[in-house]
Amino acid sequence: MNYHASSVGATRYVGERTPRKEDGRLLTGRGQFTDDVQLPGMLHIAFVRSPVARGRIASINLDVAREMPGVQAIYTQDDLAAIPVQMMSFFFTPIESPVTLLADGRVACVGDPVCMVIAESRAQAEDAAALVELEIEEEAPVVTIADARTGPLVHPDKDDNIAAEMGDEDMLEEAIQPLLDKAPHVVTHTIRHQRIAQSPMECRACVASPEGSGEMTVWMGCQSPHLAARYVALVMGLPQESIRVIAKDVGGGFGLKNIPWREEVAVVVAARLFGRPLKWIEDRYEALTASSHAREQEVSLTIGLDDEGKLLAGWSDYACNNGAWPMGEDANIAVHMFMWPAYKLPAYGFVTRGWYTNTMGLGGYRGPWAMESLIRETTLDKAARKMGIDPVELRRKNLIYLPDQPVTSNMGIEVTDITPGECLEKLVANVDIAAFRKEQAEARKQGRYLGMGIATYIEPTGSAGAMAPMTGETVQLRIEPTGKVVAMLSTHSQGHGTATTMAQVIAEQLGVAYEDISVFEGDSAIGAFSPGAAGSRQGVIAGGATWKATEILAEKVKAVAAHLSNAPVDAVTIDGGMVHVEGAPEMSRSLKELAEIAYGEPARLPEGMASGLEAQFRYQPPPMTMTSAAHCCVVEVDAETGFVKILRWISSEDCGTVINPGVVEGQIAGGLAQAIGQVLLEDMPYDARGNPLAATFKDYLMPTISDVPDFEYLHANTPSQTIGGMRGVGEGGAIIGPPTLVNAIADALAPFGELGGETGEVTLPLTPSRILDVIEQRDVSGHHAPAEKTVAAPVAEEAPAEPVAEAPAPAPALAAASIDGDWDMTLKAPMGGQTFLAHFETDGTALSGYLSAPEGQQDFSGGTFEDGRMKFEVKVDKPMKVTLKYDLQASGDTITGKCKMGMFGTAKVNAVRA
Amino acid sequence: MSEHKIDLTVNGHRHSATVEARTSLGEFLREGLGYTGTHLACEHGVCGACTVRVDGVAMRSCLMLAVQANGCAITTVEGLAKPDGTLHRVQQALKDNFGLQCGFCTPGVAITLATVLEDNPSATTSEMEEAMSGHICRCTGYQGIRRAIRQLAGEPA
Repeated sequence: MNYHASSVGATRYVGERTPRKEDGRLLTGRGQFTDDVQLPGMLHIAFVRSPVARGRIASINLDVAREMPGVQAIYTQDDLAAIPVQMMSFFFTPIESPVTLLADGRVACVGDPVCMVIAESRAQAEDAAALVELEIEEEAPVVTIADARTGPLVHPDKDDNIAAEMGDEDMLEEAIQPLLDKAPHVVTHTIRHQRIAQSPMECRACVASPEGSGEMTVWMGCQSPHLAARYVALVMGLPQESIRVIAKDVGGGFGLKNIPWREEVAVVVAARLFGRPLKWIEDRYEALTASSHAREQEVSLTIGLDDEGKLLAGWSDYACNNGAWPMGEDANIAVHMFMWPAYKLPAYGFVTRGWYTNTMGLGGYRGPWAMESLIRETTLDKAARKMGIDPVELRRKNLIYLPDQPVTSNMGIEVTDITPGECLEKLVANVDIAAFRKEQAEARKQGRYLGMGIATYIEPTGSAGAMAPMTGETVQLRIEPTGKVVAMLSTHSQGHGTATTMAQVIAEQLGVAYEDISVFEGDSAIGAFSPGAAGSRQGVIAGGATWKATEILAEKVKAVAAHLSNAPVDAVTIDGGMVHVEGAPEMSRSLKELAEIAYGEPARLPEGMASGLEAQFRYQPPPMTMTSAAHCCVVEVDAETGFVKILRWISSEDCGTVINPGVVEGQIAGGLAQAIGQVLLEDMPYDARGNPLAATFKDYLMPTISDVPDFEYLHANTPSQTIGGMRGVGEGGAIIGPPTLVNAIADALAPFGELGGETGEVTLPLTPSRILDVIEQRDVSGHHAPAEKTVAAPVAEEAPAEPVAEAPAPAPALAAASIDGDWDMTLKAPMGGQTFLAHFETDGTALSGYLSAPEGQQDFSGGTFEDGRMKFEVKVDKPMKVTLKYDLQASGDTITGKCKMGMFGTAKVNAVRA
Repeated sequence: MSEHKIDLTVNGHRHSATVEARTSLGEFLREGLGYTGTHLACEHGVCGACTVRVDGVAMRSCLMLAVQANGCAITTVEGLAKPDGTLHRVQQALKDNFGLQCGFCTPGVAITLATVLEDNPSATTSEMEEAMSGHICRCTGYQGIRRAIRQLAGEPA
C-alpha cells in the first residue's frame, strides 16, 4: 500500500533529506555520552585483568593496592557473589558457560576481569590496579577452532569444547552427496574469516547510582535502555521497575552493546554493594582486547550445478570461535537459514558448530550471520569462472524474482516480496559491464589488474514475535497545549538518527512543521519495552508505530475541529500547523488554539471524547520483513605491492519506503566501510599462548577516509507489508560488502589463478602480503598456518591425548529399566540451551508423556520405547512451526541422543532423573 | 604526584587550575573544566576524536599534558559556533551532508577541518581529505564527511 496517498499534510517529509535533529547537540559538543555524566560522590572503577589465557588463580594479593591513595575498595568475585547473578543471552536464555562477573577461581582468556578497584579518581584506580598481585598457574590454552577440537576442555565441567551444535551429518550421505555425485559441475570453496574487534568510537561505559532502598539509575552505552534495564533486572533477580537506564547519546554499538555484559553488570552490582555512584569507562586497550569479539569462523561450501549453471544441491560445514565467555553460545544457525532463500536451490544440508576456546568471547556484530552471503557469493563466482559462465548470468539462472513468489526455501523460509533479481537487473542496467571487460583486457596487457565483483543478497529485518526480546514498538504522541508535538519512543540512536526519521513521519502524517516536533528517546522511563537497535528493526517497526499513532492523533484533531466548526470530518485538513475546514477559511485555527480547547475546555469537545490531544499505538509487524540488494565494485590490484584500490562501488538496494535517503545511505555506507575493513584491513590475531596481538589502533587497522571510495546508490522502492512499507537497512552493507569486494579482487587476480589457490581456501583479511602470495604463486592458499606452539613449561595440565568425541554412540541397550517419571532434560536449541521437565509414561512399547517449561506444556503420545531407545515427536509453534523428532537412548539414570528440529537441523539432548 | 598551577584560555574564557603533571589536556578539559565536547576515544593519538586547537594548531589532546598548555589559547568544539548559535561553516557542512552519525568522533573532525580552513580559507578537497585521514569514524563510511569537504571547497557536494 502506498501510504503517501493517505498522508494528512500536504508538505512532504518522508523521502526527503531532512537535516538530522541529533546534529545540533552533537556538532557543538553538547551531547551527553556516559562519560559526560558527573555525580556528587561518584567513584571510579578500573578492572584488573588476567594476563594469561588459561589457568587456576593461585592467589590474589591486594595488600599493597589497598594502601594506595584514594582507594576505597577492591572487589573480587567472592565479594560480588553476595548478589547472585545469572548472566543471560540476548534471547534471555541462561548463558551455558559458567560465566561470572569476575573470574571465579580460574581464568579462561587474556583480559578476563579478576578484580575491580574502586577509587576516587580513574588514575588512582589504575595505579592501584597495577599493584594487585595476581598469581596464576598457567596451563596450555586452546586458541583456535582446530585446538578446540582436540585440546583440553576450556570449561572443565563440560563434556567437550562444543559450545553449540546443529545440523544433520547423516544428511550428507543420505540426501546431498548422491545429488552432488550426479552433478556435472561441483565446486567447493572455503573461507577463513579473521576475528574482528567491534571498535565503536565510544568504548563501553557505565555509571550506576544507587537511590533509595532498592532503586538505581544507570547511564550506560547500550543499544536500548529498555533492553538494558530488563536485562540487568533479570540477571540480578530484581523488579525491572527498580532499574532506570538512561543512554542519551551512545558512540556506536554495532551489536557489541546489545546487552550489558560482565563489566557493566559488575558496576551495577558493586554500586549496590558499596552504596555510592560508580563510573567505569572502558579504555581502548580494553575495548580491543576485552570487549566481545566477532566473526572468527571457518566455512566450506560445496555446490553442484548442471551444465546450464542451475544449482542442484549444496552442503556446508561451518564453525565459529565462541571464545571462553560468549554473550550466548552460538553455532550461527542463521548462516544456514539465510544462505538460500534468495536462490533456487533444491537441496541443502549442513553441520554447524560453535567452539569454546581460551580467547575473548563472541558477541553479535552487524549482520552476525553475514558469512552466508560471503561464502555463497564467492562460491558462485568461483563456479562461474570454472564453468566459463558470466557471473551475472549464473545468478540470473538461480535467483528468485518477484514472479517466482511466494516460494519457500529449502530451510522453510517463505519469501513473498523479495527483489534480489530486480535489484541485480537495475544494477546491471546502470553499469556498463561490457565496457569494463574491454577496459580490463586492455589494462591486463599493460600489467594492470582490474577486477569487477558483483553480489546479491537478502536480509531478514524487523523481526518480531518469534524470539523473546524481538517484538513491536510503542509510540506515545501528543500535541501540547502550545501546539507543539511531543513523541516518546523506545527507539535508540547510536548514530541511527531515529529522532529525525520518526519526526519526519509525524510531520508528514500530522501536517505540522518538522521543527515543531520533539522526539524523546534514550531512557527506559519513557516509552515501553523494545530491543531498540537490533536486527535492522527501528525504521520498520518504530516507523510503522509512529505512522499509525500519528494517524490516530490526526483523526482526533479532525474530529475536534469538525465538531467545533459543525463541519463533516472529511472537510478538515491539517497543514503547516493549521487546521482548515474546506469551504470555510474563516474557521481555520492553529493547532495551538485547538489544543488549548482540547486541554482547557473539554466541555467544547464532542460528547464522550477524552480531553487533551494524545495518542498511543503499539505496532506488532509481520514476523519478518526482507530487504534485498545487489552491489558491484571495481578494484585495481597493484601487482607490485599487493595493494587493492577500490575504484567504484554501486549499491542497488530495495529497502521499501525510504524515510530519509541521507540516513539510509549513511547506514549502507557505514556497513560497507566495515566490510572493507574486514576484507582488507582489520584483524585481531592471537598468538599460540592466547595473547591478543592488536592492542592499539596502530595494530588494529580501522578503515580511514583514504580506504573508502565514494559510494553510488540506486534505490528501488518496493513497499513492504508493514505500515509505512519500510524495510530494514541497518546491517546490509556489512553483509553484502565482503563478497562484493572479495569477488572483485578474485576477478582482478584471475590471470594468476584462484584467490584460494588449489586448496580453495581464502583467508581474510586480504592483506598485500596475502595478495602477493597469489600473484607470485607462493603458498597460494593465502593461509599461513600458525606457528607451532611453544608454550613455556611448566604447564600444569596436560592435554588429553585423544580427541574429544563428537557425539558418543548410543550405549548398547542395557537392561531396559523403566523410564517412567520425571527427567530434567536439556536441548541445545538455536537460541541457547533450553532446560525443561520431561515426563515419560510407557505401556509396553508405547511411549507418551509431556515436556514442561515455564512457558507452557506440550503433551505427546504415539512414541515408541524398545530396548531403551525412545522415539517420539512434539509439535511446537515457537519460534517457528516445527515438529521436533526425538531419538534418545536411556541408560540407567541418564538419557542421551538427538532431536531433529526441521530447518534448524539436529540438536543434542541430555536428561537426568529429576 | 607533582601538581602545577596553570593559566589558559578556553574558547575565550580565562581559567586557572592546579593539575597533576600526568593529567592529559583532554582529561583536564573534560573533567577539570567541563568541556565534555572533547571526546577521548583511543588515548594513544591515532583516532583524532580528542583534537582541539592549541594556539591555532590542531593538537591531539590525549597526547598533550595539561601543564604543557599553560599560557595557551585553546578552542574546543564548544567554541566553534558563534555565541548567537550560528554554526561554524564546517559544522554546517557536516550537518548539510549527513557527515555524522553517532557524533563521537565529530568534535575532532570539526576542529581539524576548521583549523585547515583557518590556515588556508581556500583549502582544496585533497588538502582537507589528507587532514581527515588522521581521523577514524566507525559510523559514516566517510561519505558525508567527504561531501562536506567538497562543499567547504566550493565544489558540488
